[in-house]
Amino acid sequence: MADIASTEAVHPAGLQHHFDSLEQQSDASTLGMWVFLVTEVLFFGGLFTAYLVYRSTYPDAFAVASKHTLIALGALNTAILITSSLTMALAVFASQEGNGKAVIRFLVMTWILGASFLVVKGIEYTTDFHDHLVPGAHFFIEGTNIGHAQLFFSLYFIMTGLHAIHMIVGLGILIVMMYMAGKGKFTKEYHIPMEVAGLYWHFVDIVWIFLFPLLYLIDRHK
Amino acid sequence: MLSGIPLFPEEASTLATKVDALYFFLVAVSAFFVVLIAGTILYFAIKYRRRSEDEHGASIHGAILLETVWTIIPLGIALVMFIWSADIYFQAYEPPKSNSAVNVYVLAKQWMWKFQHMDGQREINELHVPVNTEIKLIMTSQDVIHSFFVPDFRIKMDVLPGRYRTLWFQATKPGTYHLFCAEYCGAGHSRMVGQVIVMKPADYQAWIAGGVGTDTLAAAGQKVFTNLACVTCHSPDSGARGPMLSGLFDQKVRLQNGQTVVADDAYLRESIMDPGAQVVAGYQPIMPTYQGLVNEEQLLELIEYIKTLKPAPSAPTVTTPEPDGHAAAPKTPAMSSPAGAPAAHR
Amino acid sequence: MTTAVLPREDYLNTDYSLRSWLLTTDHKRICILYLVTITLFFAIGGAFAAMIRLSLATPTGSLVSDETYNKLFTMHGIIMVFFFLVPSIPATLGNFFIPIMIGAKDVAFPKLNLASWYIFTIGGCFTLWALITGGVDTGWTFYTPFSTLSSNTNVSLAALGIFIAGFASILTGLNFMVTIHRMRAPGMTWFRMPLFLWSMYATSLIMVLGTPVLAITLLLVAAERLLHLGIFDPARGGDPVLFQHLFWFYSHPAVYIMIVPSMGVVSEIIAAFSRKRVFGYEFVAFSSLAIAVFGFLVWGHHLFVAGLSVYSAMVFSLLSYVVAIPSAVKVFNWTATLYKGSISFATPMLYAFGFIWMFTIGGLTGLFLASLGLDIHLTDTYFVVAHFHYIMVGGAIMGYMGGLHYWWPKMTGRMYPEGWAKIGALTIFLGFNLTFFPQFILGYMGMPRRYHVYPPEFQTLNVLSSAGASILGIGYLIPLVYLLWSLKYGPIAGDNPWNAKGLEWQTTSPPPKHNFEETPVVTEEAYNYGGLEESHVG
Repeated sequence: MADIASTEAVHPAGLQHHFDSLEQQSDASTLGMWVFLVTEVLFFGGLFTAYLVYRSTYPDAFAVASKHTLIALGALNTAILITSSLTMALAVFASQEGNGKAVIRFLVMTWILGASFLVVKGIEYTTDFHDHLVPGAHFFIEGTNIGHAQLFFSLYFIMTGLHAIHMIVGLGILIVMMYMAGKGKFTKEYHIPMEVAGLYWHFVDIVWIFLFPLLYLIDRHK
Repeated sequence: MLSGIPLFPEEASTLATKVDALYFFLVAVSAFFVVLIAGTILYFAIKYRRRSEDEHGASIHGAILLETVWTIIPLGIALVMFIWSADIYFQAYEPPKSNSAVNVYVLAKQWMWKFQHMDGQREINELHVPVNTEIKLIMTSQDVIHSFFVPDFRIKMDVLPGRYRTLWFQATKPGTYHLFCAEYCGAGHSRMVGQVIVMKPADYQAWIAGGVGTDTLAAAGQKVFTNLACVTCHSPDSGARGPMLSGLFDQKVRLQNGQTVVADDAYLRESIMDPGAQVVAGYQPIMPTYQGLVNEEQLLELIEYIKTLKPAPSAPTVTTPEPDGHAAAPKTPAMSSPAGAPAAHR
Repeated sequence: MTTAVLPREDYLNTDYSLRSWLLTTDHKRICILYLVTITLFFAIGGAFAAMIRLSLATPTGSLVSDETYNKLFTMHGIIMVFFFLVPSIPATLGNFFIPIMIGAKDVAFPKLNLASWYIFTIGGCFTLWALITGGVDTGWTFYTPFSTLSSNTNVSLAALGIFIAGFASILTGLNFMVTIHRMRAPGMTWFRMPLFLWSMYATSLIMVLGTPVLAITLLLVAAERLLHLGIFDPARGGDPVLFQHLFWFYSHPAVYIMIVPSMGVVSEIIAAFSRKRVFGYEFVAFSSLAIAVFGFLVWGHHLFVAGLSVYSAMVFSLLSYVVAIPSAVKVFNWTATLYKGSISFATPMLYAFGFIWMFTIGGLTGLFLASLGLDIHLTDTYFVVAHFHYIMVGGAIMGYMGGLHYWWPKMTGRMYPEGWAKIGALTIFLGFNLTFFPQFILGYMGMPRRYHVYPPEFQTLNVLSSAGASILGIGYLIPLVYLLWSLKYGPIAGDNPWNAKGLEWQTTSPPPKHNFEETPVVTEEAYNYGGLEESHVG
């Protein structure tokens, strides 16, 4: 790894032909990821809008329905994701130091945490299914308008489902990063892919930080 | 050659002349700017046409004054348009408060228009109305979104499923006018057309009188009310399980959650279809939903019936006997009386 | 020009294999890939349009069934909007010229750029598949609850196709934004950038911010059809009008995705063919951004009769007038640019004139629709159809054609035949106006849009419109033929056939693989044609 960097003084490792410098390349990649995250915000924004509209139209049904979400599993998942953000940040830091082994170690930890999130989510979905909380003919909740409660659960499944898909994509990205780290690609000078992957991972975590209170916590006291 | 082509539709409502005035103003402004810009471009293009291959244009950067002028002037013109057109919008979409308006219920479905007159006449794809009278249409859809459009009146409003929307007009000329569905609604969209027939008052009276001997809308609603045994709960005798309906329409109602709503068409509809949504303060949410038990037409009848229930008069009248001998036949005078309902059966 | 020769090596002749095209990351080759793809889509969409106009020549609708007619206008709209107009200028001319005009070797993410083309093509294939296996009949607007509860056509498949193609749009916008931010050559400051770049930047902004909302909205429609979620189902308390809000939040700004690039092209053409700096450069530049920003605040004007409160309708109406102002400012500035210019009547300039006139009519009739009281009567009639075709065909496509002619010698190294090009431009101009002007009158007469059969009194105007459409169709065939012809037989153009300014004219025609032999250094503002210094104008 070190020998590659030293032999390619004119054209540093990882620099693509159309950039003038690694700095320009790094700036471009980071900006690109930020712009992509903005589109993601708007992507989820459409769903948050639908949620806000219906929650203000049917506050009572949403309150009743939200009580049927599994708060213990949701809280556990929140903890898992926050921890995974920490390990991801450590992995990015390690990549900036050019410490490939530490990068892999922290990436593996992040990956396991992300996968456990999905396992917990799977358990939650199964329980929801048995509790007749999946919108459709078998949907049933007592004590409120069934249609409105279904709206809540439709949004619950779409929002958490899309989030889960983003998690799965994230796990794929982590594997690519592990592979690159294993090949010794990351150096003190070149670690853009890790930075960009880190941005993505933190973003997916942050989406959950919004989903958890909106779907599990709000109006639970009612 | 073009003389056979009409350029704008007939002005057949009080609104039409106002809309046309605004339209002509906009046409004039547009024509002025199109001629100004096209003319200036042509003039410059010819005057400053390239005369030799190596010629260059003058080096002019811009002029703040000009930029300001051609920002402010269009903005000013736009504001005039805005105020003028907003005023017309209010007139078109805010039904007059007068009581003299003739109410007609409009039910849209794929692919026809159904009309229910207060006096019981029902029409499909034809709407008879008197001239020079305010007509109020209370509209809903049974399936997808439709749009009620009468070009000669310059009125249009989308008709939504699950909602009541009110549109009004006052026709100024007797005649027959196109009625179009303007919101795409499927295969028969372009065949979801009809006619609005505007009649002189005398003709209209004759038409109303010539109707088949059907119940008035309210009377039909009363039948539904009885058949569904609504009175079991909505009566003074029933231990006050449900709120009293007399004199309810258009009044403010306090809800369980502390909010206040006006008991309008939409509220009544929701209370029948989804009783748990907005429960009146002091009552339990025990009413079952009637979704699937009543269709949109019966709903309109029920609402019309509830509208006719005047504040409970102290002098009770006799219950109308029900032909079908319904088990829960009402014995509660205050509720089942069609007091104040136009009970003139023909 | 007669002595000009083609460069020994350029981006076209470095490698002729199919593989070198399908795996290229060269933005210029990707432009050509898009050019071929969207031309195919334009032909398909145009064929649908021809059948629509043919059917409307008679009021009884006896040519096709109601169901078929509905599918025709739906597929015409979907293909033309999502698979031709939205990608048209950005994916072709933008792809080719953004890097060259800022002096870069490529866009910031060349692989992503190629991926965008594949994503776009896959999305297009999904939509074509939906079309071949039965079609869609919801209108390109997919209004609920018709699309979710009533239609029994391939709605989900078509929505999925647009969803996929949407990602191509997002990634292209992202790529362009980063490219303009980070890849500019030394000395190329923001205010030295040609106006085309400003307009592409504004367009990218809209693509990046708007498209995700469309994506999620169409995903909800597909999910609702497949899983019966009830989000827009009134029977469960869902609100079908919410769909309209979400849909137009993207689809109104999408109109600016189509027109703002054309505005940029017209700025370039006007400057090049008047040999003069664009009048009020900063105002034209910032008006693009103003349109992009305000464009996101006016979606409600599509819902004036659909169930807005009168007060929110007033807000949307007022903002809709405001968004017209930056467009007006552009038109005035273009006109003023001609003053004391050296004006050539080459084909691109004819298209630019056509653009300004058609866009002015399209924009002014937009004011009719922003007018609350008037919109009640006009919305959902042929007036709307005429208005947006004046913007999208008279505006956007005129700009696209102008840009294609202006940069054709740079892209291919060869000139198109000028005489035929003028005939083509004139035919398109006449055919277009004959097709769509009668529709304004039809609309005010009250003919609703999406009508298969119509009252007989509307027939004369419809026949005029159909006659115009056939002229317009021929008009589009003429450039198709002579542009293809010119690839082989056109005269060699030389590096700068128009004697225009701008970095793209400083490299060879066609440009080499990496655009420039060495990275250019920019020392002057755009459109520096010299000439007499006159800072004031009356």
